[in-house]
Amino acid sequence: MALTRLGDRTNSPELGRRLGLYALLSLTSIAVAFPLLIALSYSFMVERDITSFPPPILPANATLANYREVFDRALRPGSPLPIFHYLLNSFVVSTAVVIGQLVTASLAAYAFAFLPFPGKSVLFLTFLATLMVPWEATIIPNYLTIRDLQWVDTYQGLAVPFMATGFGTFLLRQSFLQLPRDLYDAAVVDGASRFRFLWQIVLPLSRPALGTLAVYSFLATWNQYFWPLLVTNQPIMRTVQVGIVQLRFEESLRWGLVMAGVVIVVIPTILLLVLGQRQLVRGLTAGAIKG
Amino acid sequence: MTQVQTATIGRLGAAAIRKRRARGARDLIEALLYLAPSLLLFAVFVFIPLARTVYLSLFYTNPVGNPRGFAGLDHYVELATSPAFHRSLLTTFQFALYTVPGGIVIALLLAVLANRRLRGINVFRTFFSSTIAVSLAVAATIWALMLNPSIGLFNYLLGSIGVRGPAWLTDPSSALVSVSLVTIWATLGFNMIVLLAGLQSIPEELYESAKIDGAAGLKIFRHITIPMLSPSLFFLLVVNIIHVFQAFTQIHALTRGGPVDATNVLVYSIYLDAFVNFQFGFASAQALVLFTIILALTLVQFGVVERRVHYQ
Repeated sequence: MALTRLGDRTNSPELGRRLGLYALLSLTSIAVAFPLLIALSYSFMVERDITSFPPPILPANATLANYREVFDRALRPGSPLPIFHYLLNSFVVSTAVVIGQLVTASLAAYAFAFLPFPGKSVLFLTFLATLMVPWEATIIPNYLTIRDLQWVDTYQGLAVPFMATGFGTFLLRQSFLQLPRDLYDAAVVDGASRFRFLWQIVLPLSRPALGTLAVYSFLATWNQYFWPLLVTNQPIMRTVQVGIVQLRFEESLRWGLVMAGVVIVVIPTILLLVLGQRQLVRGLTAGAIKG
Repeated sequence: MTQVQTATIGRLGAAAIRKRRARGARDLIEALLYLAPSLLLFAVFVFIPLARTVYLSLFYTNPVGNPRGFAGLDHYVELATSPAFHRSLLTTFQFALYTVPGGIVIALLLAVLANRRLRGINVFRTFFSSTIAVSLAVAATIWALMLNPSIGLFNYLLGSIGVRGPAWLTDPSSALVSVSLVTIWATLGFNMIVLLAGLQSIPEELYESAKIDGAAGLKIFRHITIPMLSPSLFFLLVVNIIHVFQAFTQIHALTRGGPVDATNVLVYSIYLDAFVNFQFGFASAQALVLFTIILALTLVQFGVVERRVHYQ
């Protein structure tokens, strides 16, 4: 082993190949992330530079003016660009959906994984069926429901419809089934209630799966567009995604300002990607592996 | 066996069955308590709305969405004969054709490139998958800048190689292509991650024995990598087509279905008819077409995955 590695290092064609590979990987990385890098770069540009020809790639006179203006406007009372409200709304709604899904999905997954009861397969199929109904196909009655409940422009209108999840239930059930069955039998013999077994044993042992579901559903909710567009009218209740599109239509000539908004909106999810990459990858590939 | 004995056994059996039934009922009630939160939400936001969509599709509605007069199958007849709806379906298929194969091929190239053991490879993988952190709304906003005909980089770069770029989003002949470019980029991260996971699950020995047999490079890729990757590729194909049929954000953020309906895909058409024209009945009929298409795609996916699992 050590010899081969030493050989690799002294072998110059191998070294050249490796450097070439790094160059290729770097160039491809820049190409894939190019739109993001452009957004970042333009957010530091003054409008005069943005409209100059040829179009710039890096700021000639880097400035924080765009960010300052976004923040100034956000803090002005009755602001037409309440970006902090957008962030707060998206954060509250996404967090509420994550908590809701963790509760409903772990309760349901526990019943499917551990409890014996008649009609289990029919009920399981009911959960399965929800995966085949696209949200867009039921969006009209759902909008009417939220309107009739007078939940337009409220957090509950944005969050409650998404608090149950067929996908998350499967994910957690799969993970619960990995736990040794003896644990359950022993706990029941010891007289522990079934709920206590869920709370004290199953959930702590299933932290990775719960983390996967949490990261996945946070990202999915944070990135929603159609539903928040429908059920919010007041600017102050908009979520970040609706807000950023609105900003572009309202400030169509202020690209630097719009890109500063883009950067602010995208930072939380980039952080989530970097910090929760493992959970996220597991969540995204769960479908591919499990079907 | 005497009659008395038989009767006793019969009585005992009946008692046992009764007891078991009682326990079954108790188990069911307890299980339902655990399932209740999910079932309640599914009922209110999935199953009842689905039934209501069917119901609404059979009625004419007033602008607030209440049924006013039975329409029978009128809306469906209109769908079958409406050139606008046919155009919308055709646009959706075109959109799928523009985004899905290209998007998967690019993601495959990235995944192959990222699938090696190398110091620091995780940094590159993060870059390659970075677009999963980017919402379609954000992607659309950035691409609107890059595709801008007067100040955008795209047409400048095209110009520097002597090509006169189109007006992209505002030209009916290039608007769908523009929206497709945004979509391909925004889905790249997800596709790459799925394919990379697929590549990593191919056993090393397969490659080694192929090398011993004298196979190399492209031959290995064609005869080992692609067949072993086919479940992931198939999964992505179906999921990406489903996403195209659900596409709304990038259309609303960039073109609002225009210019002259060039990007009026299925979900956007539902949105316009329901929430701009207030024809909830007609829009509901379209929503059911959407539901049928996606149901069929999902069943195909489950069916194939099921077969794959059995054969393994």
